[in-house]
Amino acid sequence: MKAFIKHIAEYYPEKKFSNEDFFKKFPELKAKEDTLLKVGVSNRHVVDKDVTSSDLSFYAANKLFEETNIDRKDIDVLLFCSTEFDYYTPSTSVILQHRLNLSTNIAAIDIVSSCTGFIHSLSLAKGMIEANDYKNVLLLCASTSTKTFHEKDANSHLLFGDAATAILISNKEEGGIGKFVFGTDGGRSDYIIVRDGGGRNKLTEESFIEEENEYGNVTCNANFHMNNTGVFLFGLKTVPKLITEILVKNNATFEEIDYFVFHQANEFLLKTLQKKLEIPDEKFIIHMEETGNTVAATIPIALNHLMKIKKLKKDNKILLAAFGTGLTWGGTIVSV
Amino acid sequence: MISLNEFVKNIETELDELEPGTLSAEINYRDLESWSSMYALIIIAYVDLEFDVTLTGDDLRQCSTVKDLYEIIKSRL
Repeated sequence: MKAFIKHIAEYYPEKKFSNEDFFKKFPELKAKEDTLLKVGVSNRHVVDKDVTSSDLSFYAANKLFEETNIDRKDIDVLLFCSTEFDYYTPSTSVILQHRLNLSTNIAAIDIVSSCTGFIHSLSLAKGMIEANDYKNVLLLCASTSTKTFHEKDANSHLLFGDAATAILISNKEEGGIGKFVFGTDGGRSDYIIVRDGGGRNKLTEESFIEEENEYGNVTCNANFHMNNTGVFLFGLKTVPKLITEILVKNNATFEEIDYFVFHQANEFLLKTLQKKLEIPDEKFIIHMEETGNTVAATIPIALNHLMKIKKLKKDNKILLAAFGTGLTWGGTIVSV
Repeated sequence: MISLNEFVKNIETELDELEPGTLSAEINYRDLESWSSMYALIIIAYVDLEFDVTLTGDDLRQCSTVKDLYEIIKSRL
């Protein structure tokens, strides 16, 4: 039996942060509004500080159970993909197994991955089903990145939002998830990083010293840091090669792909990639205006949007490509 | 390769918030009131799509005028 994506549910925190709110918070940037809004985000959902990634995932999973007729006891594997975990130990997936009232006869695994998180996790879900004869994998991809931002970090407040997605991956006769391509370059691990507060660097007074970059954006070592131009260039250079590799690995041609769903990093990068790769508008999904960049949740959210707006046929080929923190990248071709 | 004047004009068009005539070959682009990291991304994207040349954040940091950028691109063609 082969794996396929059966259903996707989304959950967003109630609190919203609009562009109006953004320019109230950063009034000095109002003059640059038109340029800044090329990131393609109008609204983002933001978690309260005491709400965790596992809370959002819990609600997303419950939504998935409401929207489908699957019995909780029929879940064989639970995968939780995030960068925020409830405890140093045990894993958060075991907390969610109990909280979601899933069977105790399951594997529950945490996956620490960001922008490429959905692709990493989907490959593991496929492996669980096709190598171990499991029937149903519940994958939870969530992000609460806004908690890590420095108050003065305008770039991040503009671009990112919080969300959780629950994805049901089940088995069927014909395959719905192709072969995967992956890449990793830890040499650029400092491109997107929270430097202090983990096992390597303890939080000290110095962790909170504000640093302003040449564009006037502020953060510190205790908070999220992103090298914007470095990450942009990485996307621009890596994604075209990645697309070719995914096509070759899956014996597919560029023309055979019905839809391209990329990690929704930022609209300007997506549009630049679309131009570079000459992907027609009707095949290219941009869906981040009301959510922002939700890290590991962007591809499930965009794919769910595609599944809702188009009557997808069984033989439609959807190319998924992710890239970001690590730096890491990966992709595959799916049908639903 | 297009002329320096055309290059300046094209960059000005890409940075669509600029009033026509604001940009010149010798102006320090960092002095533009609307200069932001998004402008840097727009220039990087334009140069990549138009000339297939990679311009990095370091290049933008080390250069100061549009003419400097033009010379770098010319040397990498």
